[in-house]
Amino acid sequence: MDSSTHPATDTPAKSMTGADIVVNCLNEEKVKFVFGYPGGAVLHIYDALYKQNGFKHILVRHEQAAVHAADAYSRATGDVGVALVTSGPGATNAITGIATAYMDSVPLVVISGQVPVPAIGMDAFQEVDMVGVTRPCVKHNFLVKHVKDIAPTIKKAFFIAKTGRPGPVVVDIPKDITAHVADFIYPKTVEMRSYNPILKGHNGQIKKAVKLLLSAKRPMIYTGGGLVLGNGAAELVKLAKALNFPVTNTLMGLGGYPATDKQFVGMLGMHGTYEANMAMQHCDVLLAVGARFDDRVIGNPKHFTSQKRTIIHIDVDPSSISKRVKVDVPIVGDVHSVLTDMNEILAQEENQHTEIADWWKQINEWRGVESMDYATSDSVIKPQYVIQKLWEVTKGDAYITSDVGQHQMWAAQYYKFDKPRRWINSGGLGTMGVGLPYAMGCQFADKHAQVACVTGEGSIQMNIQELSTCAQYGLPIKVILLNNRYLGMVRQWQEFFYENRYSESYMDSLPDFVKLAESYGHVGMRITNPADVEGALKEAFDKKDKFVFMDFVTDQSENVFPMVENGKGLSEMVLSPMTQSRLKGDQ
Amino acid sequence: MRHIISLLMENEAGALSRVAGLFSARGYNIESLTVAVTEDPTLSRMTIVTSGSDDVIEQIIKQLNKLIDVVKVLDLNDGKHIERELMLVKVKATGVYKDEMKRMCDIFRGRIIDVADNSYTIELTGSCSKLDAFIEAIDRSAILETVRTGASGIGRGDRILKV
Repeated sequence: MDSSTHPATDTPAKSMTGADIVVNCLNEEKVKFVFGYPGGAVLHIYDALYKQNGFKHILVRHEQAAVHAADAYSRATGDVGVALVTSGPGATNAITGIATAYMDSVPLVVISGQVPVPAIGMDAFQEVDMVGVTRPCVKHNFLVKHVKDIAPTIKKAFFIAKTGRPGPVVVDIPKDITAHVADFIYPKTVEMRSYNPILKGHNGQIKKAVKLLLSAKRPMIYTGGGLVLGNGAAELVKLAKALNFPVTNTLMGLGGYPATDKQFVGMLGMHGTYEANMAMQHCDVLLAVGARFDDRVIGNPKHFTSQKRTIIHIDVDPSSISKRVKVDVPIVGDVHSVLTDMNEILAQEENQHTEIADWWKQINEWRGVESMDYATSDSVIKPQYVIQKLWEVTKGDAYITSDVGQHQMWAAQYYKFDKPRRWINSGGLGTMGVGLPYAMGCQFADKHAQVACVTGEGSIQMNIQELSTCAQYGLPIKVILLNNRYLGMVRQWQEFFYENRYSESYMDSLPDFVKLAESYGHVGMRITNPADVEGALKEAFDKKDKFVFMDFVTDQSENVFPMVENGKGLSEMVLSPMTQSRLKGDQ
Repeated sequence: MRHIISLLMENEAGALSRVAGLFSARGYNIESLTVAVTEDPTLSRMTIVTSGSDDVIEQIIKQLNKLIDVVKVLDLNDGKHIERELMLVKVKATGVYKDEMKRMCDIFRGRIIDVADNSYTIELTGSCSKLDAFIEAIDRSAILETVRTGASGIGRGDRILKV
């Protein structure tokens, strides 16, 4: 095998079981938390972790939550998240978590137990072909068949997970080899002839890009999750400030550019602001950074490309470039490295001045549409209002996790993220049920931070069992439940596209969430009056060591606007009825 | 357009399924796929015949390169290359067929590698289109069985795919 790991020459090898090797590898990687759930195939590993005091094991209530929590821990810190599950059902329960991390390029190492090597293929108890099942939703995976391979494989798994375009890596370890004994040698470095991600951008391309940016009349910067994952936010701010260009973020990219800055035009895409989508559609030079022009972002690609513009695209993954939209200046490389080079080249340019006053005038006219305006109410709680107050009460500095649906969009639209790695949500896979385990991962990442989980009554019930984990570890998370008794986003689509036939989108037989929270020893609050929203939020966040479940009873019929309907172009947004009538009145 | 893609990959369990899985997951065509170990036992060489627009082929190459086990990828259509496929055809060798099959085999520079009472087995090597032409040329009802390996390809002259 040419892909090799180099053993440390200075540390003398120590003989130990495979299970001890696994535990020692994780400690060599300086892992702080392992999220997991024990079972037959991983009993040796659980015995080994009982006897160590390096990392802390967090016992969840369902393997899916273990992977989500590890995922959020990684998103919040930038470190590799680690989950440990048993074979068979433990492994399959982890799949949704793995696929979620894969779609959003989050570095994870998931260790799964497997039946003993001689039992593989025998339809043994709790056997599943984990390598086969996870192949389409991992960056890479391994089945370890010899005890001596455990350490080099785990070393490679961490290396692959965090380098290049990050992603989850599964290491499947049969039970018998965790009992076998071998010398423990943890390799110091990894070299793989088949895997060498390009990190440094091509200098000629970067120079070309800078020239193009300086010549732009209607420039636009569009950044995605890759900017956050690649820790490029500070360099991007520097570039945008130097050029005075407008910036938009994707759902995954929020916090990549400070939302309260005047150059920020808001999120773009299906539920983006009017000004962001219009500027994206009408710009003449577009700088895309760590973003992938996906269907929720640019709408109909034919409509998008019908407008002529020159596109510069920085991405660490070559396959993301020119996938949905043809790019003019591709730059393959790590976003931080490329943006640093770009800033240096720009600083050397004699004339850094750009003539874009007219463009800003146009953008400010679009801003005047005030597409995020909504009808306020004294009698019923508007979900947008809750998020606005949440932002105020937490001073814009909380970790906000969300589930998937209308509440997710409102959180993205109305909570102004000024820092990267603060907005934790499932953008790619759109996994309902991530919110609560994501909040757990964030709270472990930063135990003194304010962590809020914005959720709906549909999503929260998909991993509600984690209320127990939160109780066990005393996590002071605040759940912001926007309870409209509907699967809101499904209902919205049924209203728009299925003539109000609300097929199976009503949530009946909901629990009393206050009592449910209390039964786990948490604090429960039910808020029905708009006048009580701010006070309740303050009261909840004042309980610094308490988990508070806040059940906000909200307007049942509120919709998310603006909206780019499926198959429509970015500039063909539907604005809220209120905005529409106001615009008519203005004329 | 039809493309022949050559690649070198780590000779490890599951490597083939990663490539096959990629094609099915992303809806790419596979006309044929052949794989075997190289002179270096740690490496396998694969030839994939596929078809698609330029954009699709570009994505296929990028996605193949993204697989961790794949060491190198080459689109043979980017330059001069040779392709060969092996076919074994069992045909009727009774009555008029006895001479006709021998004659057709000679014309296509094939070899009869097995003779039974009522049949010949013909071995034929060439480009895929040559093998297609042979099938077209003989009487379809005379064919008892065909086995094709799928194309293997190699660049001409100095075009070498090696680690």
